[in-house]
Amino acid sequence: MDHISQVLWQFLVKWLTNFALFPPEASKIAPQMDALYFFIVLVSLIGLTIVVLLITSFSVLYSKRRHPVAVQIEGSTLLEATWTIIPLGLFLMMFVWGALIYFRVYTPPANAMNIYVVGKQWMWKAEHPGGQHEINSLHVPTGQPVQLTLISQDVFHSFSIPAFRVKREAIPGRYTTVWFEPTVPGTYHLFCTQYCGTEHSHMIGDVVVMTPEDYKKWLASSTSGMSLAQNGERLFASLSCTACHNTRPDARGPSLANVYGATLTLTSGQRITADDAYLREAILNPSQHITQGYAPIMPTYQGQVSEEGVFALVEYIKHLDSDYRVQQTTATTTLLPESEGAAAKPASAQREVKP
Amino acid sequence: MSETIVSLPDQETASIPKMNYLSKENGLLSWLLTSDHKRIAILYLISISFFFFIGGSLAALIRLELLTPQSDLMATDTYNKVFSMHGIVMVFFFLVPSVPATLGNFFLPMMLGAKDLALPKVNLLSWYLYMVAGVLALYSMAAGGVDTGWTFTTPLSTHYVNTHVITTGMAIFVAGFSSIFTGLNFIVTIHKMRAPGMTWFRMPLFIWAHYAASILMVLGTPVLAIALVLVVLERTVGIGVFDPAKGGDPLLFQHLFWFYSHPAVYIMILPGMGVISEVISTFSRKRVFGYTAVAFSSVAIAVFGFFVWAHHMFIMGISSYSVLVFSLLTMLVAVPSAIKIFNWAFTLYKGSITFETPMLYAFGFMGLFTIGGMTGVFLGTSGTDIHLTETYFIVAHFHFVMVGGMLMAFLAGLHFWWPKMTGRMYPEKISQLAALITFIGFNFTFFPQFILGTLGMPRRYASYPAEFQVLNVLSTAGASILGVGYLLPVFYLLWSLKYGAIAGENPWQATGLEWQTQSPPLTENFTEIPVMDHEAYDYEWLERQKEKEVPSVG
Repeated sequence: MDHISQVLWQFLVKWLTNFALFPPEASKIAPQMDALYFFIVLVSLIGLTIVVLLITSFSVLYSKRRHPVAVQIEGSTLLEATWTIIPLGLFLMMFVWGALIYFRVYTPPANAMNIYVVGKQWMWKAEHPGGQHEINSLHVPTGQPVQLTLISQDVFHSFSIPAFRVKREAIPGRYTTVWFEPTVPGTYHLFCTQYCGTEHSHMIGDVVVMTPEDYKKWLASSTSGMSLAQNGERLFASLSCTACHNTRPDARGPSLANVYGATLTLTSGQRITADDAYLREAILNPSQHITQGYAPIMPTYQGQVSEEGVFALVEYIKHLDSDYRVQQTTATTTLLPESEGAAAKPASAQREVKP
Repeated sequence: MSETIVSLPDQETASIPKMNYLSKENGLLSWLLTSDHKRIAILYLISISFFFFIGGSLAALIRLELLTPQSDLMATDTYNKVFSMHGIVMVFFFLVPSVPATLGNFFLPMMLGAKDLALPKVNLLSWYLYMVAGVLALYSMAAGGVDTGWTFTTPLSTHYVNTHVITTGMAIFVAGFSSIFTGLNFIVTIHKMRAPGMTWFRMPLFIWAHYAASILMVLGTPVLAIALVLVVLERTVGIGVFDPAKGGDPLLFQHLFWFYSHPAVYIMILPGMGVISEVISTFSRKRVFGYTAVAFSSVAIAVFGFFVWAHHMFIMGISSYSVLVFSLLTMLVAVPSAIKIFNWAFTLYKGSITFETPMLYAFGFMGLFTIGGMTGVFLGTSGTDIHLTETYFIVAHFHFVMVGGMLMAFLAGLHFWWPKMTGRMYPEKISQLAALITFIGFNFTFFPQFILGTLGMPRRYASYPAEFQVLNVLSTAGASILGVGYLLPVFYLLWSLKYGAIAGENPWQATGLEWQTQSPPLTENFTEIPVMDHEAYDYEWLERQKEKEVPSVG
């Protein structure tokens, strides 16, 4: 008996001290989404109350004892129209409201800083533009919109931060994005919510929200010495991309300066915007993405570059703002052995951490 | 007793009719080679109950593992297999065939006034296919199981797991054909085998619901079959349809799978809704309020049901504009369900209501299905879906619909038609208690999961953060109550086969044609083909019949 009560006591203590009913709201979108959530809760409660009231009151009023003979009723068009139109109207309201939130969650603002995230069995790997790597954790500052560019190296994963109310699948072979603006410093859960095999339930981590000052300190203390773009530059050189993409008059490949965000015309005549997803495709599957005026000679890099490597290359190309920068890469790599190529360059040119 | 409508024959003199579908032939072969829809229904009833208890035991293992935050009862791989097999068994071997293959098989021809289904041998073939599929599924389980989840998500299922994906895939493929044949049989029967006078708008709503579900079975299931064949081909020869490394599209599988699996939830729930219409009408002695609206809402659900599949993919990076379209269509499919609920509630209005077990289950259905349906709106709303999808909110939502809705409807129907199927009554008091236990246990099990989901607890987790434990303990405690609620009927229904009161032709004073013949029925169902000269649920017609009739039994 003593033993049982102790277990019960512990259970009660646990209940009272460690019993969550609603997740913390730690992003700008969270209160907006919760408003909609509680609106639907309210509508549901009213709907459920009506149904329960109807059933119980009719059961009492028209039980066989009180009401021995039933009155046959065909139906009522007016009543039926009422309970068709009112739910329809409410559902349409939720649809519109929900769509507004949906578009907000998946349309990043222009000033969002970008963090790349690779999901793989069974970990999350985040690549900050400043070159910081993290596994199963994500450090972000308050008051700054953060966009995540996600990809999976193997199966479907899903990057979920309940406290931010955001979630996005990480899909093999294509980029997906999501953004949020953290508001409250603290440590929050990071879950993989798409079933991904054996260690699915261990593919979890922490999202650490810091004040901008703390975040700066963290960035400085966790840097690996090289930014993501610098890593990309080194990879760019070591994969001999410079052999063709070198801005020389006789270059066999187009110059990549300012290519990010530009509208390109492909040999197929199709016009596309060179975004992250396009750059990734053009590296891994080039024959389908040849810019007009160039021969389809680029080999595929499928299987030669990891997803992290592609992120680095994309980040590098994003920041190529002039032919001069390309020539710098070309010059250093032709002069120096590969491994030293990147390290020997002036570091100041690539300080690319966005505000 | 004025509280019930049960009108049993005098038990002293009454006996089960000597000539009936059960007594006509004896021996195992007479069952295994039968083409009688009623015997096939009984075969199905035994088989799906068997699979239900297998799926239920797996569920018990899941709830036991989740009692503690750590993954301590079994290895994570084992846990993954357990929830995968729970889903596969429950969806494909219990829920899809549950009402149509048992109650539908038994009563659809009888309600239409027909001797049998249009294609009796195809009906038997359906059962054999189901059994082949069931044996394959059991084999794959015994050989080590499968851990893809019931959704077979690629590329996990094609490239990354090393379990019995192909065997299980084939099992579901074969079970799919069983379901296609059942649907086909129902459609042909409803078109061709109606008794004289049985016009479309005199058919009981049970038939309308089965008609709508059959269309879904026939049109939807082949897509699942294709998707599974592609998974098997991808696994064995690597055709690369879904593999991004070969230029395939992993999202394509999601589209194909959900193109079946969303309509499949309507395959599961529509026949249940049919049962509820019959039960509510009978025990309130009243025609169903707005017959036409209820009939057409079934058809509307079937039609809209085909165009909402991508709401399972809102966060998977499909175009935002298709999210808009699918979210809107999802809202539209919610409306017919709301119509049904209110029409059933108003069927009670000015009725003369009694509270036998089937009615209690039907009330349970209405309450739980309302919650299940409304929480579906949370998920159809694209904004809130982002936060709630892939969490326990989803798990709770579809268990409210499938278990709270469908299983309640199945039990309502099973109790309602038990006297007709066996000729004997089930014991009333204990079965009312079982209905109550089920209802309470159900809410304790699944309601906490809505809160867990809102907190963000992901589904399919063998371990979870400690702050979720209290709610998980509640859920597991509820599951043990629920287990008792499901075990009780097994015992008292079996008991009633020998000791139950003799039911007579029409113990509930129900209007359906199936009640206007002896219980258990003859192999031919009716001594002469009935003529339908009145509308469905015409209780006044029934009164007139009783006045004319000389009471006799046997």
